[in-house]
Amino acid sequence: MLLAVLSGFLLAIVAPALHRISGRYIGWVLAILPASLTVYFASLIPDVRANGSLVLEYAWMPGLDISLNFLVDGLSLVFALLISGIGTFILIYAGAYLAGHKYLARFFVIMLSFMASMLGLVLSDNLITLFVFWELTSITSYMLIGFNHEDMEARKCALQGLFVTVAGGLALMAGLVLLAIMSGSYSLSEILASDMALHEHAFYTAAVICILAGTFTKSAQVPFHFWLPNAMAAPTPVSAFLHSATMVKAGIYLMARLNPSLGEGELWSQALMLFGAATMFTGAYLAFSSTGIKKVLAYSTIMALGTLTILIGVGTELALTAFICFLVAHSLYKGALFMIAGALDHETGTKDISRMGGLRKSMPATAVIACLAALSLAGLPPVFGFIAKELLLESLLEAPFWSVGLTVAAVASAVLIVGVAGLVAIKPFFGSTANTPKTPHEAPFGMLVGPGVLSLIALLFGLAPFLPEGALLQTAVGSVNGSPVETHLALWHGVNVPLVLSMGSLALGLSLLAGWRRIQPTLYAINTSGARFGPEAGYFRLMEGITIVAAWQTRVLQNGVLGLYLLLLVAVTFGLTGYTLLTKQGITLALDLTDSHFYEWGIALLLLAAAVFASATHSRLGSVASMGVLGFGVALTFILFSAPDLGITQLLVETLTVILLVLVLFKLPEFVNLSSPFERYRDLAVAAFAGIVMTLLILASLDVQYFETISSYYVENSGPLGHGRNIVNVILVDFRALDTLGEIFVLSLAALGVLSMIKLKAEDQHKP
Amino acid sequence: MKSNTLILHTAALFIMPLQLMFSVFLLFRGHDEPGGGFIGGLVAAGAFVLYAFAFGSEATRRILRVAPRDLLAAGLLFAIVSTIPAFLSGQPMLTAHWWELPLPGENYLKLSTPLIFDIGVYATVLGTIMTFVINLMESDE
Repeated sequence: MLLAVLSGFLLAIVAPALHRISGRYIGWVLAILPASLTVYFASLIPDVRANGSLVLEYAWMPGLDISLNFLVDGLSLVFALLISGIGTFILIYAGAYLAGHKYLARFFVIMLSFMASMLGLVLSDNLITLFVFWELTSITSYMLIGFNHEDMEARKCALQGLFVTVAGGLALMAGLVLLAIMSGSYSLSEILASDMALHEHAFYTAAVICILAGTFTKSAQVPFHFWLPNAMAAPTPVSAFLHSATMVKAGIYLMARLNPSLGEGELWSQALMLFGAATMFTGAYLAFSSTGIKKVLAYSTIMALGTLTILIGVGTELALTAFICFLVAHSLYKGALFMIAGALDHETGTKDISRMGGLRKSMPATAVIACLAALSLAGLPPVFGFIAKELLLESLLEAPFWSVGLTVAAVASAVLIVGVAGLVAIKPFFGSTANTPKTPHEAPFGMLVGPGVLSLIALLFGLAPFLPEGALLQTAVGSVNGSPVETHLALWHGVNVPLVLSMGSLALGLSLLAGWRRIQPTLYAINTSGARFGPEAGYFRLMEGITIVAAWQTRVLQNGVLGLYLLLLVAVTFGLTGYTLLTKQGITLALDLTDSHFYEWGIALLLLAAAVFASATHSRLGSVASMGVLGFGVALTFILFSAPDLGITQLLVETLTVILLVLVLFKLPEFVNLSSPFERYRDLAVAAFAGIVMTLLILASLDVQYFETISSYYVENSGPLGHGRNIVNVILVDFRALDTLGEIFVLSLAALGVLSMIKLKAEDQHKP
Repeated sequence: MKSNTLILHTAALFIMPLQLMFSVFLLFRGHDEPGGGFIGGLVAAGAFVLYAFAFGSEATRRILRVAPRDLLAAGLLFAIVSTIPAFLSGQPMLTAHWWELPLPGENYLKLSTPLIFDIGVYATVLGTIMTFVINLMESDE
């Protein structure tokens, strides 16, 4: 399992090399991995169906309660199968779509990492690991959306997506930590298994708000929906993957995952229903009023995300069944439709639906697949989308509250979505032939196999719904519900209210479609003028505000006067330390100097003299040298008190510091005294204050011991456990190696920071 | 910036190899006696800095053979690689692994992941300081 999740990252590392070997078949070659992952996940189905869920354990950093445990149950398996299954076709498709692109290898590196992060996200059992993968998907999708990084617009859109999702991610982290505090565990399987009434906990409201802030931003719910259509700046294979099985579904996954634990509170279900309904309707409306084929599809994704959110919020067994079916159906048709849209764009040279027409003659296979996928989008028989939509309407009619409002919203959206499906499948392919920038001809096989297979699967699931139901869907519904559920999927339910509603919305939708050419410009004009007050405008104002605040606080705090920085740092640090010392401990002045040696006094005097000289001298070189004396004196003290490692390190660091300072000093202008006498006396006072507090602190630490010292543990165990006699080194590279790892990373970052500062400076000077 | 004194040139040529050997010695004995990757890296950096003062940054780049910032990356890579054995055997991150290779006589060569880790620290420290020094020296040329 660990390998299954990490294999995407591993393959990403070697993808560029593979690209050089396999050339134009790279898509097919790389697709072998997700294909075999699909088979692997499918092989887990019998086990999961028998046991409900599997937890595969791997303790990663047990000291921090962070593990790489994987939770495999119906829900995570459905997601894993969608990610790897659709991922397979996306890779094949991308190989054809981006053939000959100069950054193709880089594309696959990011794509594979993205897929692996997504798999990690849906399979993680530990909340912290889940969060890490969550952020990884944000970062990798940022790189995918901004893949055409020379395009200013693409960069802007990518950044917008990143800001929105990462801001939500921060809230999510707080929410997950609250959840862990409430339930007493970071493990999802333990949280789900406990029967604690979390909704009665004092933190419940805060946790739900934080978690929903994370999932709503990720899943593009109103009012955060604006980043998703902009993410269309990405190459089409990315959009297809982002919209069908990954990224936006991450938020949906987390809501479904936590539904058994958090779903009992009213806040949860009401928030989900309210935001879901708003999102569903907004998405459907905006989809219908757009002309770009990718925009249309993007807004219809928003509508689907809203629908999924409502269904989790309703939370009845029927609604959850509808949720799983809608999820699968949407992934299948949306992946297919995006790939079709890419093929149309690729072959005709335009994204504008109103400029396409009569393409069925030149692209017959594409037309057939598009119609099949659009049937699913519109929710018509005999495809799987129909079953999902019937279930949706049925469950909303039977929703415990707000049933009427939700049904009305759903039917209104359904009407618009029928129109949207027509826009995607009928408008480009039928009617009179329109002139397109490129002479259209059939898309290559690599670009058709994905949408074709996905549409056929949707058809198969529609005709034989017992196949997916028996295999996995029933188990998946059970894991969203928290207890097993009996489901009964069928294509034909007889004539009932949902069917009547479906037929009604179909008729209305088709008549809307007929008038699309006349209504659309009006709607578009309304949207453009309304956008000034929309959430996206708010986002831009917020960003401007942040820039202004940042500029202001930089002027005030980071004004470049180093002396002031130092003054503030020292004053605040020692002010707070001194305050704590006085209030918690009091002042101790007892100091026993009877068994001190004359050489210790010598070193002390040397240190004192060096310090006085360093602060009084007018020569920079002199003060650096006397600082060096200070350092060597301290090193000597270490050695006297038998800490040779520290002593040697201090000695070397001092030497190198002096060298570095001397190198910098050469570049400084002549020494001039800029400070006024008042400023110098103020600095002196602060320095003296710091010295006094430090002295008092050391005196206090001599006779106070709050905690039992742990050095004896290291002394006793460094030999037997660490195989070393040098305790300092054993601590550094073994006992506390994680700290050291962090430190060398910081060290490297500091080096890179200095490097970029020097280089930037040099470039500035070269400019005239 | 480079000095033209004969004494510094000669001294640098003699001292640098010794100092480098000493730094490796410190690195390897670090687990039992005073020393280790951090100190070793600092000593090695000292050697190269001396060389840079005597012969200039260009010559130091040549003798280092790799760009200082690649040393940083290499060091971090070593540190990460040292976590792989624990990872593969399903233990917590950074669990130490030891291998003892028998040598002629009654001696054993002790190899371990902490040693690999320490080599990583050595390279990172060396890389950091050389990045500072070489770039600072070049920035005024």
